[in-house]
Amino acid sequence: MTNDILEQEEFKAELEAIEFEPQNEQHSGESFKANIKYLIIGVLFGIVFVKAEIVSWFRIQEMFRLQSFHMYGVIGSAVIVGVISVWLIKRFNIKTITGENVIFHSKTFNKGQIIGGLLFGLGWALTGACPGPLFAQIGSGFLVIIITLLSAIAGTWVYGLLRDKLPH
Amino acid sequence: MDAILNFIKQPWPWYIAGPLIGLTVPVLLLIGNKSFGISSSLRHICAACMPAKIPFFQYNWKKETWNLFFVAGITVGGFIASFLLANPLPINLNPQTVADLQQLGVKDFSHFLPQDIFSFENLLSLKGLFFFVIGGFLVGFGTRYAGGCTSGHAIMGLSNLQWPSLVATISFMLGGFIMTWFLLPLIFSLF
Repeated sequence: MTNDILEQEEFKAELEAIEFEPQNEQHSGESFKANIKYLIIGVLFGIVFVKAEIVSWFRIQEMFRLQSFHMYGVIGSAVIVGVISVWLIKRFNIKTITGENVIFHSKTFNKGQIIGGLLFGLGWALTGACPGPLFAQIGSGFLVIIITLLSAIAGTWVYGLLRDKLPH
Repeated sequence: MDAILNFIKQPWPWYIAGPLIGLTVPVLLLIGNKSFGISSSLRHICAACMPAKIPFFQYNWKKETWNLFFVAGITVGGFIASFLLANPLPINLNPQTVADLQQLGVKDFSHFLPQDIFSFENLLSLKGLFFFVIGGFLVGFGTRYAGGCTSGHAIMGLSNLQWPSLVATISFMLGGFIMTWFLLPLIFSLF
């Protein structure tokens, strides 16, 4: 019995550890205007998504059918540049433009990465889009994808609702 | 000037696009100590619009407003690239992919998305149910359950050498293979 309670508490603590995934570690507050720079980076990012045809349902099909190297090249070279950048930031202790230490988050393993990952993969092949390209597809004039986005928001909401009952 | 514009209008190869996407990681970290990740935006939208007293949505989402600006930017970028910098030629797909998809029943190959599936007319049909409603739901539910998507795990997580992100990335790909090879033929046989 006590074991059960202990296990439950451990489970709760584990859940809490992955409860919040803060992405913003900047200490000094940012005004509404400061957020414009993220808008601009987003614009450039959206242009890359479209120009490299990552937003194409067909390119995602090519990837999953192993009939094109394109998407593997995109993701692979992005990771290589990311790994080198992160290594450089850590190695030379490069600070942010406001002089803060860059904060990295370690990811804790839980079953969600497998179960959730598989579910997302199923959806990725159906919609031909991960969350980023969904936004770019809407911007590209495929307004019907607004429905897909609303479904995705609903999916996130239902996950939040059921989270305590799901295996993690 | 025209030469530059024409150059930009061509589809960009992976070795240009990939490194640019990878550079987003240090750029976000250095200009604002932000970890790259896109699917979180869906969570922030839930937290802002319909938290419904669910603990998972009780946090200071205002601190993550930057992420909403970022995805708004992606939408604008999609617009600019598609309407001002569009490639006039159709996408150069592997003929085998075209043949495979034709066999499944896909008819239109002229846009980024097959218009015979992704159109408003299909909204209330079985196609719409699978490709918009179920597909979208799986993307939103799955990414949050996994704690990230292609950007948060496959790019940010792997850049930081996090092995759980590698597990997640392998799971994403596995899910995609299962859908493409085993489930899509079944789904298409329903239409």
